[in-house]
Amino acid sequence: MAQQTESKISRIIDQQESDILADWTRQLAGGRARSSGSIPEAQLRSEAGEFLNLLRRAVRKSVDDVNGADWQPVREVLGSISRSRGTQGFTPSETAMFVFSLKKPLMARIAAEHGKDAEGLAADTERLTTILDQLGLYTTEIFQLGREDVIRRQQQDMLELSTPVVKLWDGVLALPMIGTLDSSRTQIVMESLLQRIVETGAQLAIIDITGVPTVDTLTAQHLLKTVTAARLMGAECIISGIRPQIAQTIVHLGVELNGVTTKATLADAFAVALQRLGLVISRANHKS
Amino acid sequence: MERIPILRMGEYLLVTIQVDMHDQLALTLQDDLTAAITRYGAHGVLIDISSLEMVDSFIGRMISNIANMSRILDAETVVVGMQPAVAITLVELGLSLPGVRTALNVDRGMRLLGALRHASPAEVADDRSEA
Repeated sequence: MAQQTESKISRIIDQQESDILADWTRQLAGGRARSSGSIPEAQLRSEAGEFLNLLRRAVRKSVDDVNGADWQPVREVLGSISRSRGTQGFTPSETAMFVFSLKKPLMARIAAEHGKDAEGLAADTERLTTILDQLGLYTTEIFQLGREDVIRRQQQDMLELSTPVVKLWDGVLALPMIGTLDSSRTQIVMESLLQRIVETGAQLAIIDITGVPTVDTLTAQHLLKTVTAARLMGAECIISGIRPQIAQTIVHLGVELNGVTTKATLADAFAVALQRLGLVISRANHKS
Repeated sequence: MERIPILRMGEYLLVTIQVDMHDQLALTLQDDLTAAITRYGAHGVLIDISSLEMVDSFIGRMISNIANMSRILDAETVVVGMQPAVAITLVELGLSLPGVRTALNVDRGMRLLGALRHASPAEVADDRSEA
């Protein structure tokens, strides 16, 4: 009995593949009109066709085990479709609808095929539902993974973007910090600063925290660590860009910034740096 | 026994640590250096640790101790050429080496020693107060 019903799903797809495909694409196109995304109909049809073709082959081999090796190609195609949907900004339900909208055309044909055989119809319906539900869940899972990849990549980009060490003058480095300072970021900041000190032989480093939204005890501790490490290497640090609220927070928290030169603006810090190096800025004496 | 050489350069002593320090070596250096400062009447000590790749809390403390001992013996000590990794390790270990003067390389260290030697004490304190 089971063997007989199994072969029916497979046979239905075998015999009516183009009909099902037409129905399905119509459904997808209908859904598409409502959804925000815009996938060309030709692409939709080719994706649907490929998926249905692979589904047909997989169903012929085994009906039950969607996670098995027989279903590998189906999962791969579905994975790449969900990933591309994910990067194009579709919602997870829109992505999952790709699979779920196949239910209707297939269900109608299964019902027609079985006719009055209620038991066979129930068994096949259950099988089909299970398969499509699992595949739908799979799309959501892949979609989520794709999104997480995007987030991870952006985090990495941000990390690299937001910790530049720039040379202001011969022997003066500046480190404009932007964003929240957490442990991993401070580690990178510290390493890149110390590395640049070695490379350039700088005596002074200005750490500008204008772009740091809040300073808590941990952030202050990280800053002090960086200052101390630079001092151990023989370079002096000046902290600049301390906003009024941050100055208040630092005092309220009881953070000791003793022994660290602090300045309100980067310009002030640069002036101090030049003074330490024994340099003077003077107005150009041009005759006009 | 393995020893770290102590070179005399005028009124300064130069210690170049070229091998990875182990505990006994550090203790020997401490003995040798304090003895050498007294013997030569040195006024400045330059410790070059640019080849030192690894430190632990003991070596970190030894560097700090040696610097403080030299200061008591009236010799200013400058530690030069610390590697970034070593600096990070010391900071993470909580050893910020307070009171130890540092410079980026031997050249700068010698200049700093000269400045310390010839400047008045008040001026020096003022100059390095932010460090």
